[in-house]
Amino acid sequence: MSTVAYITTRGLFGRRRALLLLPLPLLLVGLALLCRSYDVPATDWGTPVLVGLGLAVVLPVISLIVGTGVLGSEVDDGTLVHILTKPMPRRDIILAKLGVAIVVSAVTCAVPLFIAGALAGSAKLGVGLAVGAAVGACAYSAFFLLLSLVTRRPVLLGLVYILVWEGLLGRFVSGTRVLSIEQYVITFADRISSSDLLVARVSLPVAVVLSVLITVGCTVAAVDRLRSFSMAGETS
Amino acid sequence: MQNVSRWYGNVVAVNDITMRLEPGVTGLLGPNGAGKTTVLHMMAGFLNPSKGTVTLDDKPTWRNPEVYRHLGLVNEREAVHGFLTAEEFVVANAKMHKLPDPKAAAARALDLVEMTEAKDRRIGTYSKGMRQRTRVAAALVHNPRVLLLDEPFNGMDPRQRMHMMTLLHSLGERGHTILFSSHILEEVEQVSGTVQVIVAGRLAASGDYREIRRLMTNRPHVFAVQSSDDRRLAVALIAEKSVSGVEIDATGLTVRASDYGSFTRALPRIALGEGIRLRKLLPSDESLESVFSYLLEA
Repeated sequence: MSTVAYITTRGLFGRRRALLLLPLPLLLVGLALLCRSYDVPATDWGTPVLVGLGLAVVLPVISLIVGTGVLGSEVDDGTLVHILTKPMPRRDIILAKLGVAIVVSAVTCAVPLFIAGALAGSAKLGVGLAVGAAVGACAYSAFFLLLSLVTRRPVLLGLVYILVWEGLLGRFVSGTRVLSIEQYVITFADRISSSDLLVARVSLPVAVVLSVLITVGCTVAAVDRLRSFSMAGETS
Repeated sequence: MQNVSRWYGNVVAVNDITMRLEPGVTGLLGPNGAGKTTVLHMMAGFLNPSKGTVTLDDKPTWRNPEVYRHLGLVNEREAVHGFLTAEEFVVANAKMHKLPDPKAAAARALDLVEMTEAKDRRIGTYSKGMRQRTRVAAALVHNPRVLLLDEPFNGMDPRQRMHMMTLLHSLGERGHTILFSSHILEEVEQVSGTVQVIVAGRLAASGDYREIRRLMTNRPHVFAVQSSDDRRLAVALIAEKSVSGVEIDATGLTVRASDYGSFTRALPRIALGEGIRLRKLLPSDESLESVFSYLLEA
């Protein structure tokens, strides 16, 4: 593990913000367990819990907390300067931080989604959701990491994207689904699991191409942005 | 820095500054809001000049991480990774510099700032002064030729302050180029004779402040003089062309001279001629405070 990744991981789990990672996955697994233990048919609870909570809330919100936490909190408190005053390519810094964000988000989301999917249908559904979550974690993390470099309010803007763009417009305006990471994740999970509980609204080629484009594009933009990172004078 | 300006919208923070730093300790002096931090940030490659160039060894500092092989920065914001111990923090800095023996380099740097004893405690538990010294250790871990420090004595107690001043002195004497900003005149006066004075975004003066004072020919130089017969010496001095005024009180004479060189040459001649013994001759407005207040008034 690179030193930047080590500091980032220690920083991520050393802050109280890390506690925010626990409730949502626990709620997801808890709801699935509750429905299963009361023998509620999966057709009644599967879609609202797995998609409505798991893919529309847990995955993007966890990715938002982690994606903005790996760099944004260091920008906010000024500790980033200790990393930037090193003769390292800015690409290496971004890749290390993005790597940590992807791994933490993917593990935090894929495990509970796998358990909830297995409880709702089959292990295959669980695998589909876990793979979808891992791919989604890549795109979300790159996007939120970039947000933390281009705005002073990355969490607010990220929430607007999740709640307004994906949550509201994505339900009612079909055109916006093409630019919705949530829809790509549903497509991947649906293709892998072939479950009736998931309904893909975006074709697989579109999901693949746009996921790669968002991940790579946001990463390249973040590297370029970090190269021009400026510090405002505090006493002048 | 060559003809460097930096503006934010309509506000000019730094106005056409040309500055060249030589090995040794230089104080960057100016009142709050003068543009010191902006200058330091441009030198450290964290701010793009709106006009002009900032270079280290002829290479631009902006968008050039390679300069950090030779440059260390201690900025004013006292942000440190509080969840790490001082040793972990400085070793991490050494590793990011890809030093061959990060642990040894970190131990050396921590020893320089007298943080060896507390190195195993989390930085979050440190006092402000200890955090500052830890940051200095991190900036020094790769033994940079150039060290930039923004208000480095903030939060330090007098003993730590004295130690930091000695450290900067010794680094300067070993050929490092040290630039530190401060708005506290006593700090600059004790650490460095060479100053860069910034007032309202402009470079108001540059060089040894005692030399700067001597070049201010439009202001009379003030000397404190004591002799075996102050009253007779006062009468003799007032006839001298380079003397513009003499005051006499219980402690001796206060002489205002319009020309530093002429007066200091004339005084022994006059004293000898009058048969008066000189006991004390002290330039009393060559302090940095006097120079600085003259520059601010100008």
